[in-house]
Amino acid sequence: MKSTFSIVSEDNPGVLMRIASLIYRRGYNIESLSVDRTEVPGLSRFTIIIEGEEGVYEQIRKQLSKLIEVIEVRNLTAEGPFVERWMSLVKVMAPVERRPHILQTAEIFRCRVVDLGSDTITLEVTGDRGKLEACMAALKPYGILETAGSGQVALSRTGFEA
Amino acid sequence: MAKMNGAQMVVKALEDEGVETIFGLPGGTVIHLYDALYDSKMKHILMRHEQAAAHAADGYARASGKVGVCIATSGPGATNLVTGIATANLDSSPIVAITGQVATTLIGTDAFQEADIVGASLPLVKHSFQVRTPDQIQQTIHRAFYIASSGRPGPVLVDVPADVQKGMGDYEFSSRFDFLGYHPENIYNIAQMDKAVELIEHAERPVIFAGGGVIRSGAAKKLAAFALKYNIPVTTTLLGKGAFPESHESGLALGMAGMHGYPVANRALMGADLIIAIGTRFSDRTTGKRENFAKNAKIIHIDMDEAEIDKAIKSDVWLIGDAGRVLDALSSSMKKKTVDHSEWNKLLSEIRIKEPMPHSEYGNEIAPWQVFEALRDITGGNAVVTTEVGQNQMWAAQHLRIEAPRRFITSGGLGTMGFGFPAAIGAAFVCRKQPVCCIAGDGSLMMNIQELDTCARYDIPVKVILLNNVCLGNVRQWQQFFYNHRYSHTIYSRSPDFVKLAEAMGVAGFSASTTDDLRPALEKAIAEPGPALVDIRIPQGALIMPMVYPGNSLDEMVTA
Repeated sequence: MKSTFSIVSEDNPGVLMRIASLIYRRGYNIESLSVDRTEVPGLSRFTIIIEGEEGVYEQIRKQLSKLIEVIEVRNLTAEGPFVERWMSLVKVMAPVERRPHILQTAEIFRCRVVDLGSDTITLEVTGDRGKLEACMAALKPYGILETAGSGQVALSRTGFEA
Repeated sequence: MAKMNGAQMVVKALEDEGVETIFGLPGGTVIHLYDALYDSKMKHILMRHEQAAAHAADGYARASGKVGVCIATSGPGATNLVTGIATANLDSSPIVAITGQVATTLIGTDAFQEADIVGASLPLVKHSFQVRTPDQIQQTIHRAFYIASSGRPGPVLVDVPADVQKGMGDYEFSSRFDFLGYHPENIYNIAQMDKAVELIEHAERPVIFAGGGVIRSGAAKKLAAFALKYNIPVTTTLLGKGAFPESHESGLALGMAGMHGYPVANRALMGADLIIAIGTRFSDRTTGKRENFAKNAKIIHIDMDEAEIDKAIKSDVWLIGDAGRVLDALSSSMKKKTVDHSEWNKLLSEIRIKEPMPHSEYGNEIAPWQVFEALRDITGGNAVVTTEVGQNQMWAAQHLRIEAPRRFITSGGLGTMGFGFPAAIGAAFVCRKQPVCCIAGDGSLMMNIQELDTCARYDIPVKVILLNNVCLGNVRQWQQFFYNHRYSHTIYSRSPDFVKLAEAMGVAGFSASTTDDLRPALEKAIAEPGPALVDIRIPQGALIMPMVYPGNSLDEMVTA
């Protein structure tokens, strides 16, 4: 079982440590963690995928809410629909003769080329987790040299009034 | 506004918070702070070990309900505080620990006496700060006191680098807070009150289960009024001792429940059809085997901390808020008469007679309960008691009837040996009109024995009542029961001469090894105007009884 938590906190040194330490201390595992400043100066948003047993998420939510610098904790998975994106940079072996094939594959997954070297190409791929996994699988035969991923970022869906 | 250096600002900020007593020990990175303290009216108690300073601050906090303050230098001074901070954290005790730190320019360079105390204490504090500029000092200390004492109380650490103490700035007192995510004033949710009232009105066998939260909230009188009005018996946790007068004439006090609780208390919890739990987190030492705990009872859980609801024990109804405030709301929501509980109370009083607390005797040798009986007689039951951890603690919990809140101070959650004696020193600065006694075992006492000297230097009239069995008795007891009498490293080959030790430290020492010696020795110690220690030899084989074996249900009590 996995749950995506969206946490808004004060942007202070050590907040990341407090959140990560609390999750670790209570015996849960972090699968993915991303953090960035928000539209409000001084606030950060964490998106964290926590792995644990069914039923522990409410306990995690309450414990995280107790941290002094934490302003809001939402369990997006439990609350309803949300949008998620993952972004990865993938450096692929790309000798000139194979490059067209790689670019074709990249096109299918709407990757952007962000760097090109004498025999490598770096692609940016964005999407949900399934798309990223499929893209990686498609690129693998060409030889993936390095990847760097953002982890999950997510926001709840708002929907329309009925 | 006044121009001053950072150290002076720390002192001024503490004064502005109303601090009267500080427990601490100077060192390299707090010399500046101590220089400022030299001019202050606040009383600083120079301890012999930082761990003891933290426990003393904790004892002061538990006895007074106010924030306890301790100071230590960076590095080893700060890390020595950690056990005390963790102890306060698990028992929700409000302390502010101020640590020196190497200069901001040196942080991260492995400088002399540098330790990342904010990082090291992170999972053990309610919150922590590192002050980076002098102008943050007042606000930070003000916030630290507010966080420590509000909501569910706990320890707050304030780390002050040496250069920040030396830096100059303007001091201005401001009581402004700008917390974005901390609003303890809003912790209140009684949406399920109607359900709670209905359960209470219809319960045939209700029990109130009171924890430390009742004492922290100052709600003991409200609890007693509620229990008496509806004729509901009351049992407590270890930290809840004193939440309800344990010899109340109504007979509603069942005593402490749990692993070494009163048989009637455990039977009441297991036989109840409704448990009204107030300010308790259902620790494993109080519930026994969780799956079997109060299987036939509905549970109303009242707590300040929402995260305690359904953490250990699933409740049927919960009410969130300060115990006193929720009790007020509960009392005014009760409309109808409850079911008559006199049959239930009669049944409990029969159990109390049929299954009393065991009182083993050892002939000429002193049984632990005899010490408490004598102590109660000599002090008129008026003493403030702290305990160490282990058999001494459980015996004290079993045999000392506590009639008022804040008179029984013990390390429950962390079970910190070495807590009781320094905590008594802290409590002694609060309770000046009552005798303050530390119930100790020889194992625990030796962990902070150096503070005898502190008692002597300040003439702090703490009475150390040492139950000396020359072993680590509680572990020895477990080895006897569960490890086939293999007493691995629990029995000391000799005992220190505690009387001489006390005298060497400037504390009056007395001893008792037979029942005839006991009362005279205790009387002399209590009569001493200053500190005293009584070394009471008890048999090594004395056990804490009854006992619920770990993993067993609360009603599976072994009594011999």
